Amino acid sequence: MQEFASELTSAPPAEQTLGRAIVITSGKGGVGKTTTAANLGAALAARGARVALVDADIGLRNLDIVLGLESRVRYHLLDVLEERALLDDALVRDKRSENLFLLAAAQAREKEDVDTERMVALVESLRERFEYVLIDSPAGIELGFRNAAAGAQEAIIVCMPEVSSVRDADRVVGLLPSSMRPALIVNRLRPALVRKGKMLSVDDVNGILRLPLLGVIVDEPAVIVAANRGEPVALDATSQTGAAYREIAARIAGEQIPAPAAPGEAGLFAKLGALFRGRR
Amino acid sequence: MFEFFTRLFRGEPSGQTAKERLRLVLLSDHLALAPDVVDAMKTDLLAVISRYVEVDEANVDVTFEQRDHEVAMLANIPIRSMKERERPRPKVASIVVFPKAETIATVGVAVELEGSAPIAPPPDGVQAPAASLTADESEKAQTAAAGDVALALGEPIVEVKSPAPKPRRRRRRKSAARIAAQQATRPPYETSAQA
Repeated sequence: MQEFASELTSAPPAEQTLGRAIVITSGKGGVGKTTTAANLGAALAARGARVALVDADIGLRNLDIVLGLESRVRYHLLDVLEERALLDDALVRDKRSENLFLLAAAQAREKEDVDTERMVALVESLRERFEYVLIDSPAGIELGFRNAAAGAQEAIIVCMPEVSSVRDADRVVGLLPSSMRPALIVNRLRPALVRKGKMLSVDDVNGILRLPLLGVIVDEPAVIVAANRGEPVALDATSQTGAAYREIAARIAGEQIPAPAAPGEAGLFAKLGALFRGRR
Repeated sequence: MFEFFTRLFRGEPSGQTAKERLRLVLLSDHLALAPDVVDAMKTDLLAVISRYVEVDEANVDVTFEQRDHEVAMLANIPIRSMKERERPRPKVASIVVFPKAETIATVGVAVELEGSAPIAPPPDGVQAPAASLTADESEKAQTAAAGDVALALGEPIVEVKSPAPKPRRRRRRKSAARIAAQQATRPPYETSAQA
């Protein structure tokens, strides 16, 4: 089992006054970037940090839905970039946390409409006001992804334990600036399948990507239930997945948290049980 | 119990298949992403072939192709004329290097590290062991050195064939050589720190 990264490898900004801008990306779509962004934002805010979530997935706005804030969005990212609205008016405060703010994506526009330089300037000004600026990148490796990554100094790669997702993650890592060594979250792992050898394990995935491992999210029904309700599972004290997100948030914040038993790799009791039942 | 039978009949678990497919696909991705390596290989290949024939360098084409369980490097090198000897020969030779996937990666790395490392075969470069070594030690040293060279060069099996279909016997020989090349290298992705 690999050591979990205690924090993202690229150092936080030298100036204490500026926050950390982290892009959350994956290359492949549908692997859980938006869910990850929402949950990490909620978990970091729950720790007391001021967090801005930026939905850079122009045209496919979703972060507001995952957070249950869709009815509160007045202005969006492009309104701010194109100076039709003030940043303060466009930032939506979360229902549950005073520290968490969302800058929603434009729904009726295209990714190509974003001006890269303005995006960088916007992220910079957010960093002056927030400790964390989490940018939810669109899928793909085109301009939308590049714009999302442009203002960030750090990156989190979300990857599912499957061939196509790992391949795309590998590609995206190669496209990020070399100064940005991303950290990895393995998402939607199914421990039962890993035990049977029917799914890539965390070690399989990271044996290839070789990134600092921030955490592993197990595929759990609670995540779907939470998404249905528009409530980040990270705030659910009873959910294992929620706990995993809170741990990841703590690691991002620089806390040293020891790695739990890798999901899917049998613990002592499971091994003993298997011994008595006879291996199949 | 059911699972036991499915595993018996279907072979390895699908996770293993996924891992192997991923390894291969990333290998070819990375090859495609390193055009400088391909260029270096091309230059070295041409240098070797130009010793025997005059090559139309402007129209050389080197590509990689994913096959079932391996990545093949295909070099299409038009030949203008033979050097010295004037025997009639086919006008186009197609060079097919058929190493196991790992071998290509090793070549790639070696070329990248050493710039213009010659892909030419000579183990002449292997240093003779110092006289002071015992027979056993010197043999060991020689094997080690030869192994290093094989690893650095990736031991490509270069075979010049005419465009006409080949007889079956040669295919056999090629695959034997392929196995040899496979043994000489190790897979690039399995060296990961599994600490």
